Amino acid sequence: MIPLSWWLTLAALLFCISVAGIFINRKNIIILLMAIELMLLSVNMNFVAFSRYLDDMAGQVFVFFILTVAAAEAAIGLAILVLVFRNRRTINVAELDTMRG
Amino acid sequence: MIDTWTDLLPMLPELFLLGMVNLILIAGLFIDERRRGLVHFIATLTLAFAAILTLRDFDIDGRVAVAGGMFIRDGAGDVLKLFVYLTMGIVFVYAKFYLRTHKLFVAEFYTLALFSVLGMCVLISGGNLLTIYLGLELMALSSYALVALDRDSPVAAESAMKYFVLGALASGLLLYGMSILYGVTGSLDLSEIATRLSSGEYPKVVLAFAVVFIVVGIGFKFGAVPFHMWVPDVYQGAPTAITLLLASAPKLAAVGMTFRLLSEGLEPLARDWSQMLGFLALMSLVVGNFAAIAQTNLKRMLAYSTISHVGFVLLGILAGSDDGMAAAMFYAITYALMTTGAFGMIIALSNAGFECERIEDFKGLNQRNPWFAFLMLLILASLAGFPPLVGFFSKLYVLQAAINAGWLWLTVVAVVMAVIGAYYYLRVIKVMYFDEPEHEHALQAPGDVRVVLAANGLLQLLLTFFVGSLTALCVAAWQ
Amino acid sequence: MITKTLLLTIALAPLAGAILAGLFGRQIGRAGAHWATILGVALSTALSAYVLKLIAFDGHEAVNMSVYTWFRIGSIQAEVGFLVDALTATMMVVVTSVSLMVHVYTIGYMEEDPGYQRFFGYISLFTFSMLMLVMSNNFMQLFFGWEAVGLVSYLLIGFWFKRPTAIFANLKAFLVNRVGDFGFLLGIGLVLAYLGSLDYATVFAKAPTLVGQTFNPYGTVEWAVPTLICLLLFVGAMGKSAQVPLHVWLPDSMEGPTPISALIHAATMVTAGIFMVARMSPLFELSETALSVILVIGSITALFMGFIGIVQNDIKRVVAYSTLSQLGYMTVALGASAYSAAIFHLMTHAFFKALLFLGAGSVIIAMHHEQDLRKMGGLRKYMPITFATAWVGTLALMGFPGTSGFYSKDAILYAVGSADRAGASFAHASLLIGVAVTAFYSFRMLYLAFHGKERFGHDDRHGHGGHHDHGEHQPHETPWVVTLPLALLAIPSLAIGFFTAGPMLFGNFFDGAIFVADGRAPLAAMAHHFEHGSLSFALHGFLTPPVWLALLGAGLATYIYLFNPSIADRARKAFAPIHHLLERKYGFDEFNQAVFARGSVWLGRAFWRVGDQAVIDGVIVDGSAGTVSRIAFAVRRLQSGFLFHYAFMMILGLIVIVGAFALLQ
Repeated sequence: MIPLSWWLTLAALLFCISVAGIFINRKNIIILLMAIELMLLSVNMNFVAFSRYLDDMAGQVFVFFILTVAAAEAAIGLAILVLVFRNRRTINVAELDTMRG
Repeated sequence: MIDTWTDLLPMLPELFLLGMVNLILIAGLFIDERRRGLVHFIATLTLAFAAILTLRDFDIDGRVAVAGGMFIRDGAGDVLKLFVYLTMGIVFVYAKFYLRTHKLFVAEFYTLALFSVLGMCVLISGGNLLTIYLGLELMALSSYALVALDRDSPVAAESAMKYFVLGALASGLLLYGMSILYGVTGSLDLSEIATRLSSGEYPKVVLAFAVVFIVVGIGFKFGAVPFHMWVPDVYQGAPTAITLLLASAPKLAAVGMTFRLLSEGLEPLARDWSQMLGFLALMSLVVGNFAAIAQTNLKRMLAYSTISHVGFVLLGILAGSDDGMAAAMFYAITYALMTTGAFGMIIALSNAGFECERIEDFKGLNQRNPWFAFLMLLILASLAGFPPLVGFFSKLYVLQAAINAGWLWLTVVAVVMAVIGAYYYLRVIKVMYFDEPEHEHALQAPGDVRVVLAANGLLQLLLTFFVGSLTALCVAAWQ
Repeated sequence: MITKTLLLTIALAPLAGAILAGLFGRQIGRAGAHWATILGVALSTALSAYVLKLIAFDGHEAVNMSVYTWFRIGSIQAEVGFLVDALTATMMVVVTSVSLMVHVYTIGYMEEDPGYQRFFGYISLFTFSMLMLVMSNNFMQLFFGWEAVGLVSYLLIGFWFKRPTAIFANLKAFLVNRVGDFGFLLGIGLVLAYLGSLDYATVFAKAPTLVGQTFNPYGTVEWAVPTLICLLLFVGAMGKSAQVPLHVWLPDSMEGPTPISALIHAATMVTAGIFMVARMSPLFELSETALSVILVIGSITALFMGFIGIVQNDIKRVVAYSTLSQLGYMTVALGASAYSAAIFHLMTHAFFKALLFLGAGSVIIAMHHEQDLRKMGGLRKYMPITFATAWVGTLALMGFPGTSGFYSKDAILYAVGSADRAGASFAHASLLIGVAVTAFYSFRMLYLAFHGKERFGHDDRHGHGGHHDHGEHQPHETPWVVTLPLALLAIPSLAIGFFTAGPMLFGNFFDGAIFVADGRAPLAAMAHHFEHGSLSFALHGFLTPPVWLALLGAGLATYIYLFNPSIADRARKAFAPIHHLLERKYGFDEFNQAVFARGSVWLGRAFWRVGDQAVIDGVIVDGSAGTVSRIAFAVRRLQSGFLFHYAFMMILGLIVIVGAFALLQ
């Protein structure tokens, strides 16, 4: 059986990649949405792994809810993306800076 | 597990809310624009009935855990929920006028707002990491959509995007913390987590990691520095009615969430999280007050002022005591009542072609309408914490709790920052009273807005006479 | 019998008047407004006198009662309560009687003002706040009363809020008082921290336990707690009672209408600091250091503010600087542990200074709102009553033997002379010189206004230019509503000292209200001369240096201003820089009139810019406006508007917390 720490390390790596994706990416908002999805999935992996090793179902139930919420979140994120594009004709993250200071 | 109807009874207000939101969602499709007032009426009535249902079984000392501990009904939660309903009711009155004049008067506003109220209630009552997460997301997702309510506004779209991405990042961090907490303790139930942690056998470093992530999630919801970056942009970019909504009730929900997660679930680690909150409080007080000084847009200034007020709320929470939580709750409640007044005033002075949101727009308000100027004076002075207005007492109460918990240095910083903070409120007061008006936009605020606004402003003064009973209520709720 | 109802009536009657006049002014009309407030204050005056009679003559015990518990936050309990003893009863009578006189006087003074009802509302509200302050039995109520009188004072200084100078004066008073209040609040905080209560009785009972306790601000530095508390409380008193260097607001506060200057800025509010220190005597007696500081600050104020009084030309400003100087005398008395002498001087001063201010106001009415002494002169034949009462006030102020001012000022001089505290000899010397200075400027004002040539109506010849219209009306005596209060105030100014000096200074009148440490007998030296009663003491006064000095000052003024005015001109040239400054200041006022008339606002804005900077300077001890805005703009730059920066900040925050946590473990 694969030890727990492997799973956790993988999840942590995915998490770090997704976080880095959010603040290193300066081009495309869609990549931001992907990074957010990835972040939730890495958390899911954590939950599933813990659930398996603790022999407790609750963690996997949580995962189902996270998946559902992630779907809703993606829907809203894409809707806002459409709005941004409609109003600004761009989905470049670096151009979203009309408010500052 | 849900066995009988008695198990559902404590959730009755939330179930009622859920039913009504769905009804409004469907009814909104069939009610044409001319009768849109009906939706407003039903939504307000929904809040009133939810409040009545909450009051029906109100028991300040009671605590009922149903649905296998997922949902907790207790005195503190009920008090918070009642004030959520109240502030939301006030918000609806102001928002109706704003949305009408800005051609945004759609049924979706009420659906989304009530969904976010439902989210807040679930969050306040959450006894399990799962319910807390779901409540949080329900509230947050509705808020993202609300910020983008004005589909033709580039700034609103931009701020919605920022809010959404940062919010998702914050909830991701919170979830990550939750997953570690689950792994360490083996449970999602907060009281179970507390029991297992108090045994003291857990890997300290890993757990500390989890606590940091959870504190970050909470910090984001409050808008505490350095997780505050969304606050100014969203406050400024969102339609004022939505800013008003975001600025008031969610802060109450955040207090409830903090209470459930930190005071109940992570109580054995109080020493750790109170230090982290100390850092957040310090940064919020300093950054909030200083940045507010440099603002010219009133909405943005109020955003930074919110951040500094959050510093005060955290000051109460980090005391870790019952008194501290009571103080934080009292602060959040009074703050919600002040901030609705401040944004309400912006709304009342705006009309179809004109947003009264720059500080300059308040020039000479005293000459144009002395009564509104006086109300705004009360609200701003209360925000600044001048005695004898209620804002002074909420600060006093929080500082007292923080001193008792041994946070003397932070208290001193808070007092100094409050004094600096008084400056930017005074600046608005000065502009209202001593400058010449620059424009002559007629006041179009309808009767209901005027009445509620007057009540809201005078409340700053009148509440001082009930400070005793209100604080007693907060203290009783946390004991 | 002093009952709760009685005390509540005393406090609330003026409030009722204030509400009627302030909120329903339009409905009840001008006459309604002044009748409502005057009746309220008259009722409270009569009942206060009754309370004083009970305590002073019928041996009624001091009353300490709680009326209403407002709220309780942790150990802070906010109550409304009354402590009525000899000290409070004296203050109540002083406050209400002066207030009553001012109310009557206002009918005449504000006759033509559109804000008539509002004004009556304010002064009644002020009376209520001042009563709550003096009658309080706890620090919380004291502080609220303190803030409330301050608030009404700002409202009244800025009463003519269309005048930019009034707004500026208003702001200045507000800011300077914030500094004082900050110290005061810290002092109260320390009292609460070390004694665990805000109730006077509890605090005073526990006060001796403070001796020997120290406070460590940092490292090995140790401050004695009693000294720290007393100094902080005194900072509050310095703000309110305008002691150097927090005195700057008081002269400017003369922008308010004259009745206010008499009531608030001479007789009552500014003496709140003196009252507070006397009330806290059980605390102040614990700290020799604090008393020395008080002594020195008081003597600096007494002397140097007196000097300024000599060179002022605005009649109200002369009286204002004289008030500052007299407040210095009271403060010195406090510093010499002669609390009863301070309160005694407070009382006599309240009467004769209110008299002088109202007299000045009467002159101002007669001169059609001309306040420049150089444009007066020879008024005695036009306004005999004002003239006579002004003489009475001046004699009392200079301390002519037999007048009330003589007894109170001599008591202070004796107390300082016999005190062996650090700074006492300096204080004694300053006060003695101050006596001569006081006599000089008071007689100068008297002569310039009432004696000598008539200088009004001849502006053009002196080349001052403008305002020819002032001279076209003959000055005339003011109506009876103005002169009656003058006459009524002249009586206590002359006589009250004669009758009350014995019991108040040497009897046991203040026993239980004022505490003096064992072994200190500040007034023993005076008691020795006083054994044969007031009259013989007054006669003996002619043999003592203070009276010689006063007569010297008065004589000098008589010689210069009555017989040989050219000396004054020569002296003015010798002091050319100061004189120039004053000239410019005066022109400044005129300039503002012109600006006001044209309705221009730019000057107001310029003042506000100064004000804005003063706010920040006042708030940040070592900072300037630049520092704060630099920080503000630096913080602003963090908010770059870029999403990825925001996200990065969040992660950075996360890492900092984790890192700090790892380091601390």
